[in-house]
Amino acid sequence: MTLWQIIIAASIVVLALKLAGYVVPPALLAKPTPSRIADLLTVALLAALIAVQTLGSGQSLALDARLPAVIVAAGLFAIKTPFIVVVIVAALVAAGLRALT
Amino acid sequence: MTPAPLTVPAAHFVDETRQQRLAVREGLAVGLATAAYGVSFGALSVAAGLDIWQTSFISIVMFSGGSQFALIGVLAAGGVAAGPAAIASAALLGVRNGIYGMRTASIVGSGLWRRLAAGWITIDESTAVALAQPTPRSRRVGFWVTGLAVFIGWNATTLLGALIGDALGDTRAYGLDAAAAAAFVGLLWPRLKRMQAIAVAVAAAVVAATLTPVLMPGLPVLVAALVAVVVGLFNWLGGPVLPRAASARKGLRP
Repeated sequence: MTLWQIIIAASIVVLALKLAGYVVPPALLAKPTPSRIADLLTVALLAALIAVQTLGSGQSLALDARLPAVIVAAGLFAIKTPFIVVVIVAALVAAGLRALT
Repeated sequence: MTPAPLTVPAAHFVDETRQQRLAVREGLAVGLATAAYGVSFGALSVAAGLDIWQTSFISIVMFSGGSQFALIGVLAAGGVAAGPAAIASAALLGVRNGIYGMRTASIVGSGLWRRLAAGWITIDESTAVALAQPTPRSRRVGFWVTGLAVFIGWNATTLLGALIGDALGDTRAYGLDAAAAAAFVGLLWPRLKRMQAIAVAVAAAVVAATLTPVLMPGLPVLVAALVAVVVGLFNWLGGPVLPRAASARKGLRP
């Protein structure tokens, strides 16, 4: 697969999922289980992506400047700091630690 | 003296206009806030190896922040070889938009083209603002204003971020890899209100980290998603069931 093919396929699948909601009978939503699984699916995927993005280095684990940056980010989100500010601070923490070491 | 019932339509009209104005204001505010972090998506996408055209294409067609960050995150870790896993991650994060669509279908109005456009902009923000409004008309106004404001803002700032990322060069030196992880934390944070969600998040993170040295890039994230299916199916740590109140209101992210 080329990069473009991956991008187009993923974009179409995500768009199709949105449109599917408008043609699926809403009776499915009355059942709590599919709705709950969809909610938890989002949580699980985001948490897994955080772990891989923070600790992963190709196909191995590495402890480096990313971990302190993510811990600082979590602390800032906990005190309701705006998204963009947190992302910039996290980048600065990691960049600063790398410049020092 | 005017009988009381005659004043009701006028009062109702004033109230309705006020509700719509509030819905417009809320939608524009959410659109502005979301646009601010489109910059981070644009920069991180270029850092992951995509060009400016590819980055903008994703923001226009996919138009769902969580799925977009997931796609470029997996591609950054595993390259083109991780393509299928990257597509699957983006798709699984896009499932909730389909659930939102079932709720907003009765809000957005009729006609094929209008419903197609509505589907395109059905995301956390447009759904959350729409469902928060008190009247049918203000719900419709809230949905469309929020969806269109986020769409325009998100795509404009994605392009800006891509141009900045392109100019930066070595993105690791600027800590952009850590910024990507922080962006995921920001998407997750508003969803961690209940014990069940927190437990799923911790378990999924542990599963993904543990499997990283064993499986090819992208797959650990997909296996970790099974945690949600198992916990959701048996409703472990679930407590009372609230089928309709869930989902959209929890996370104000695209």
